[in-house]
Amino acid sequence: MLKVIRNRREQGYRTSKYPREPVQLYARYRGLPTVHQDCDRELARTCAGACPQQAIDADNMMIDLGRCTFCGQCEIQSRGKLVTFSNNFELGACNRDELVTSGSLPALADHSKKHFKSLFGRSLQLRQISAGGCNACEADTNVLGTPFFDLQRFGIDFVASPRHADGILVTGPVSHNMQQAVLATWEAIPSPRVVIASGCCAISGGPFYGSSDIIGDLNSLIPVDLYIPGCPPHPMTTLHALLSFFK
Amino acid sequence: MDNLLAIDNGKAIPRSDIPELDFSVFRETVVQIVKGAGSPVQFFAYEDEQKKLRLLTVLREDRQLYVTGCLPGDEYPALTRECEKFHLFEREIAEQFGVRPTGHPWLKMVRYHANQRQKQDIFGNDYRQPIPGNYPYFKVEGDAVHEVAVGPVHAGIIEPGHFRFQCVGEKVLHLEIQLGYQHRGVETLLEQKKLHPGRRPLIAESIAGDTAIGHSLCHAQAIEALAGLEVEESSQRIRSAALEIERIANHIGDLGALCGDVAFTPPLNWLGRIRGEFLNLLLTLAGNRFGKGLIRPGGIALPVTTEQRTLIREKISAERAGITHVCDLLFSAHTVLARFEHTGTVSCGDADRLGLVGVAGRASGLDYDVRTSFPSEACHLLGPCSNQRTAGDVYSRASVRREEISHSLAAVYRLLAEERDAVPVAAQTHPLAAESFVVTLNEAWRGEVSHCLLTDDTGAILRYKVKDPSFHNWSGLALALRNQGISDFPLCNKSFNLSYCGFDL
Repeated sequence: MLKVIRNRREQGYRTSKYPREPVQLYARYRGLPTVHQDCDRELARTCAGACPQQAIDADNMMIDLGRCTFCGQCEIQSRGKLVTFSNNFELGACNRDELVTSGSLPALADHSKKHFKSLFGRSLQLRQISAGGCNACEADTNVLGTPFFDLQRFGIDFVASPRHADGILVTGPVSHNMQQAVLATWEAIPSPRVVIASGCCAISGGPFYGSSDIIGDLNSLIPVDLYIPGCPPHPMTTLHALLSFFK
Repeated sequence: MDNLLAIDNGKAIPRSDIPELDFSVFRETVVQIVKGAGSPVQFFAYEDEQKKLRLLTVLREDRQLYVTGCLPGDEYPALTRECEKFHLFEREIAEQFGVRPTGHPWLKMVRYHANQRQKQDIFGNDYRQPIPGNYPYFKVEGDAVHEVAVGPVHAGIIEPGHFRFQCVGEKVLHLEIQLGYQHRGVETLLEQKKLHPGRRPLIAESIAGDTAIGHSLCHAQAIEALAGLEVEESSQRIRSAALEIERIANHIGDLGALCGDVAFTPPLNWLGRIRGEFLNLLLTLAGNRFGKGLIRPGGIALPVTTEQRTLIREKISAERAGITHVCDLLFSAHTVLARFEHTGTVSCGDADRLGLVGVAGRASGLDYDVRTSFPSEACHLLGPCSNQRTAGDVYSRASVRREEISHSLAAVYRLLAEERDAVPVAAQTHPLAAESFVVTLNEAWRGEVSHCLLTDDTGAILRYKVKDPSFHNWSGLALALRNQGISDFPLCNKSFNLSYCGFDL
């Protein structure tokens, strides 16, 4: 017991004050990108061609955050002339087409469905479904339970049974072998229910797009209410999206 | 030993150098090595340019790697009949290419997918069905026996898999694990001829996100070998350091989760927070908490300067004492020890027969570590890590992690001591040597990760074989549950903490 107390003193109080106070991530973190409209078109086309995810539209100077894995190659190759990634982790959208952007996203809080706020604003129970990804999204969703993020203090929690849940948070490109389980879990949740696509795999297939073993777009299976981009989304990104959308 | 060709980790050779044996000679040679002190690192099938099906195996014995191959025909007498280490490899070959290993004691599907040669499915499954499994689970019969089925969707934020327990009362007589739900076609995607060249590193990083460094390192080393690229020593240090940081983060998280499974919540929370600090150190290197985007063929994609090195070293100095104290608390608490000791034991003999690797293997007394046996990158600077308790139980698997955490902390600190900046390499398409073969191995945090590449006569990738250590170790978990209370399943499971997606590919 004395050891527990001694360790507790050493470990201290670590919970962040977000959203009352901002959180500063390490400088190298790649968050919301800006596509520089004044970039030379030739360079833009070269870099867009080099994007492994084919996420950059050089004709309209837009980037698709639903396809982007935030690998940063476009910023490196264009030396920041075409794309620069900011430190802003506040990504998230209600509509798929909003994720195609030149560098700004509509404020999530204003666009979320108002009845979700009144229904789930005080208590939100989610069932997580892992459907064919790489487990990074799952891992960085799991850490929301650790002391720094402490998701439960906002009345949001992940539950074991879909019968106890208000919605699902799906990660992964939905492999064919998980399709049935995703649908069964979703159907087991009483309406009204929320569907969240977390990570570029669930939004667009992510690094696995084009594989014949995946569906590659959760929205084609069940209607998605909230998109959280990233590979995986930073825990702060998920926290921000959940708080803005439901609170 | 003309039947085997000695090869090096990460050195390309012409495919024509690989011995092509008669199947009977192949079988005899391979079985002899593996029945002795050897183990299979890779064993897979591929179709050559003439669409002829070939088998290829990479074996390790002591500190030497060997490769050999043969043409099996549409069926062949299973090697598993002689040694168990091949059981999953042969099931995988049967599933991927429709080749039947006759006499295999337990021939069932691995990942639920049709084979690549449009042959009739070995398991009689129809993959157009939403649930294609046409398979009776192993059943224990008797009035007192009951069955518990769990998954694919589990009661937490974890990957999908199906677990079928045969129990008498609380006691588990048998656990059968059926995976495949995460199958997303990684290997066939990596082999696509028209794949955008920049995609392979991204896919490699997403084979198992918690092992992004381990898998992307294997990928990069293989491409470097085939393209003849040299990696600067300063970059090698960073790549090794990243692999160790990945190890520290995951091991710390696992120790915390083990505390959670025995309801000792203070360390669960502290270690959960500390794990995050180390993920953030990967972010300082890569811009991503799992290290995605850092390692690319030829070196690293982002510069590492005094700024990053200092930050990482300072963070290690700041956290080290806390980690030691929490571990000391955890490993001296009677309530924890009572649950960890003699739980989920895999004997050294069983571990050896199954071919367990990594943490699980070392905890059962199998002293194999790729970092010392087949060192690459800056492994020679790490120094040895020894394990005190190797009884094969949960306690051993936890204490191996504790020992590796402190070893890796010191190693990272040392690797980043040198005042030389690592310069990034530009992403570009590297032409690969034609008709070549390479195998790469790295000791990622779970154990031996290995990638094996074969190129065709145009230098395109003919076969890309991926093996995560979980491929060896899931059988270890099934065995650990024999005669255990079913309530100890979460604890045993977490003590292995294997990858579903790394297995399912």
